[in-house]
Amino acid sequence: MRGDDVLGSAFRWLNDPLVWQGPGGIGARTLEHLGMAGAAVLLATVVALPLGVWLGHRGRGGSWLIPLTNTTLALPTLALLMIFASSGVGFGNRPTVIALAVFAAPPILANSWTAMREVDRSVREAARGMGMSSARSLARVELPLALPLVAAGLRTASVQVVASVSLAAFVGGGGLGRFLVDGFATRRYGQVLAAAVLIAVLCLLVEALLALGQRLLTPVPLRTGRGAVARS
Amino acid sequence: MTRTGADPTATATTAVGPPANPWFSWAYVERNWGDISTALSQHVTLTAQAVLLALAVALPLAVLAYRLPRLAGPILGASGVLYTVPALALFAMIYPLLWDPRTTVLIGLVMYALLVLVRNILVGLRGVDRGVVEAARGTGLGPTRMLLTVELPLALPSIVTGLRLATVSTVALVTIGIIVGYGGLGQLLYRGFNSQYRAEIATATVLTLLVALVADMLLLALGRALTPWDRGRH
Repeated sequence: MRGDDVLGSAFRWLNDPLVWQGPGGIGARTLEHLGMAGAAVLLATVVALPLGVWLGHRGRGGSWLIPLTNTTLALPTLALLMIFASSGVGFGNRPTVIALAVFAAPPILANSWTAMREVDRSVREAARGMGMSSARSLARVELPLALPLVAAGLRTASVQVVASVSLAAFVGGGGLGRFLVDGFATRRYGQVLAAAVLIAVLCLLVEALLALGQRLLTPVPLRTGRGAVARS
Repeated sequence: MTRTGADPTATATTAVGPPANPWFSWAYVERNWGDISTALSQHVTLTAQAVLLALAVALPLAVLAYRLPRLAGPILGASGVLYTVPALALFAMIYPLLWDPRTTVLIGLVMYALLVLVRNILVGLRGVDRGVVEAARGTGLGPTRMLLTVELPLALPSIVTGLRLATVSTVALVTIGIIVGYGGLGQLLYRGFNSQYRAEIATATVLTLLVALVADMLLLALGRALTPWDRGRH
């Protein structure tokens, strides 16, 4: 198959209205993709965000967080996915959501911990000196100041999850990765190329939207770059 | 993980019920050592080649961005955009252009390692003490010798950190190569998953982690050896 043939069939595939519609169409798969990503991020946030904020607020007992985050870099997402899919968790979307939540938790945890730790000590002491209780200081003073970095962690985790949901197709799950894996299996390289571009565009869109959201959340004087390292 | 039922007596006693499918089995490793070592060497050579190629491209790029700050934004921006594209999609985009699995995976891996390296080398170069640079210039060093004998050596800790980060994430990313049938230990993972052979999945996972760990330790040792003046600070 020549290169221009692939490009041609990629365009033909994208121009076919039937490819976009129906339960296995691009529209439905995109929604499924984003739904799985949303579930994984939500799951990770519910566990990691309160834990990171609490550990950072307490001020001690969180130094293992950064090494833990770096260690998860070494574990391939695919390995955890296949371990889950071969154990009691079952095939398809469920093991994917759980595995991706495991990978989304460390950046959220590490960033919220760092964010809370970086809140100026004197600001915290001033809040206590004004008669605020520890909980009130946390809610009214520390959390608002920590918000930009917390948001950066959520953004890193979300972009990483949206990218990795494509792997669900390897364990019988859905999402846009389905078109890639099926395309390779049936040697339809036009479909493969088109689906790859669709996934890339989706990831870039999500990244751009979240960057905008993070910017809006951040008070103007605090606007700087992002915090943690991204990973796909 | 507590299940380590690799003993041969288990198969004799479980006449009823499903066959034993332990996560860890030494018998599997012995029987399949040929496949395992092939996948392992594929994994290691791919990682080493990708990181070395990425370093060869990243060094001049980072120096360029350091010397011409106007280029730093576009260089980091372009590699940042690339980093957002998932490896699976990148491999799938490269393969229909080249039709070669190994080159496809290699190019993809180089592209991902590039961002991490450029960013870290640039941070290292920018972190070099201005006073040291001025002093070196005062002794009559030209820009090239300044770079080679003063700035790059002082940026080494940051460069080594970047190398470690890039290597560890490359080891994990190689497994995505299964989409084009060239994923090193990922091939074993995928085969083990498709045949529901737990020992194969677990062995491949443990070996991947070991490769990452050993590579990280080696680079850490290399960094220590290259920066004797920095030793007291860690």
